[in-house]
Amino acid sequence: MSGSFSGLAIETIAVLPYAAPVGFAALGEIVGQKSGVINIGLEGMMLMGAYFSMTGVLLGHGHFAIPLGFLLAIVSAVILAEISAYFTVVLAVDQVVVGTAINLLALGVTSTLFRMKYGSSGKLLTLPTLTRFEGVDAGIVLLILCLPVVAWILNKSAWGLTMRSAGEYPKATEAAGFSVVKLRMWSLAIGGIFAGLAGAYLVLGTSGSFTENMTSGRGFVAIALVTFGRWKPTWVFLAAILIGFLETLQFRFQAIGIHVPYELLIASPYAIAIIILLIAGKGTTSPAALGIPFRRTI
Amino acid sequence: MVQGSLGDRYGIGRTCAKMSPLLLTGLGVIVAWKAGMFNIGGEGQYVMGGLTGAWLAKILMIHNIDGADLLIAILIASIIGGGLYGLLAGWMKTSRGVDVVISTILLNFVAIQVLKWAVAGPLMEAQGGLPQTDELPASAMLWKPDPRTDLHAGILIGIICAILVWLFLYRTKRGFQLRVVGDNPLVARTNRVPVSRIQLLAMAISGALCGLAGGVEYTAIAGQVGTDFSQNWGFLGIPVAIIAGLHPLLILLSAFYFGAMIAGSVNLERFSTYGDTLIYVVQAAAVLGLVALQSIKTKRKIVAEVNE
Repeated sequence: MSGSFSGLAIETIAVLPYAAPVGFAALGEIVGQKSGVINIGLEGMMLMGAYFSMTGVLLGHGHFAIPLGFLLAIVSAVILAEISAYFTVVLAVDQVVVGTAINLLALGVTSTLFRMKYGSSGKLLTLPTLTRFEGVDAGIVLLILCLPVVAWILNKSAWGLTMRSAGEYPKATEAAGFSVVKLRMWSLAIGGIFAGLAGAYLVLGTSGSFTENMTSGRGFVAIALVTFGRWKPTWVFLAAILIGFLETLQFRFQAIGIHVPYELLIASPYAIAIIILLIAGKGTTSPAALGIPFRRTI
Repeated sequence: MVQGSLGDRYGIGRTCAKMSPLLLTGLGVIVAWKAGMFNIGGEGQYVMGGLTGAWLAKILMIHNIDGADLLIAILIASIIGGGLYGLLAGWMKTSRGVDVVISTILLNFVAIQVLKWAVAGPLMEAQGGLPQTDELPASAMLWKPDPRTDLHAGILIGIICAILVWLFLYRTKRGFQLRVVGDNPLVARTNRVPVSRIQLLAMAISGALCGLAGGVEYTAIAGQVGTDFSQNWGFLGIPVAIIAGLHPLLILLSAFYFGAMIAGSVNLERFSTYGDTLIYVVQAAAVLGLVALQSIKTKRKIVAEVNE
């Protein structure tokens, strides 16, 4: 009994590096969605973070390289998040249109910069990565520590409760004297921090290099996980572990010699995310004002 | 850059060749978005269209069917393949409330992997062993007026579809209902418009147009489908449609503009390696600039109404 339990624990730890990028991204997306904004540009922000984490690591020296990578990733993703928020929140533009443009922008900017520096052949750089102890690194510890913090912000802190009201009934928030615009801008900045962490961890934790469009849909999988996890940090994290497990399936099947077409295994996280959404359905816990631009009437 | 897109007949041919997939996928975006269904899955529907066409072609070629019969069968199959893939996302929305943006994006990734699996597996060429389908006979390729240029009949198909979509949206009852559903589903429902059915119809037409784009690319350019078949046309159709203000005739202009830009970047690429990725930046900036202008305009209108 205890043997199979420790076996499960080892399996879970092995999966964590693959779960962490979507985990970080989804955790930040919860905050943004709770304030009423669905951040379709999450994928682009992750990609921006991934690129600039590489820049940071290459700029920094010794012990400072990896922290600088994480720092630049967070800064660049937050800048992109606030540009996006300016359009969706201040200008009240449709969130899908802005998100699509932001993704395109990030893909264009990161690929262009990458090719300017390293040529279109896509030179594979080997970057320093986070040191692991027993399969666990600082990024994973940070993610797990963030779970109760985000839950506390959402459920206990005064700011969090006010911010959530902006996602439920923004007119009442405004009537109570709070600024919906400010609350949403801050929530999206928090989302940006996590998107940056997600991108940085993908480069410095999971893969140890950067390639064009390397996020390959993880941002969208993260958005799907938020709905499935019913906007609850712990549930969303558990869903991220499931996705991480699916990402490792290709290595596992190879190891035990089961022949399943490799391409279909790569498709499995996306397919499972779709099935998850079909099972979860729309539900009733979604923030009531999610996705609706708010314009203050004078 | 202008030399490469409009400088001579090769340039113009290249511009038209880049314009046709943008036009078809952009029209697909328009039909869905007009109904409030934010279909981001043009890429997946494009891939599924081309793949369904290639699958039918393989079956028909065994029975020695070629020429115009084969071409028409492929195009119809691509319409059906793309349409069904669009309909799948529509069904998820109407029956389970799954957000179309998310489901279509996820379906894109599934489609691309299915493509890679299919062309390396069941649809792989009989000889050679590369991950691509058998080449179509020349008689089944889409008509080209001058084999030296890239110009092909796809541009005609695109223009005809633009006119058909315009007629459908603005001159038929179903098209009117579709726009009402997009503007305000509550108003539509109180006026007994079958909202779910209209949404499904919009997704099917949208997917069909993107699938046709895939079929046209397949039968006009390479004559075979390989792992690199997904060239982001479905994705690039989105900004093209937004910049056209979701109007099925204005999209002729924006598709031409971006078609010329992509064609011109071929020249740019001779000197640098990042011509095509730079176009993403230009497109994104254009979309953001346009929506910002629109938003400032509406804001002024609201202020003016309040002041009256």
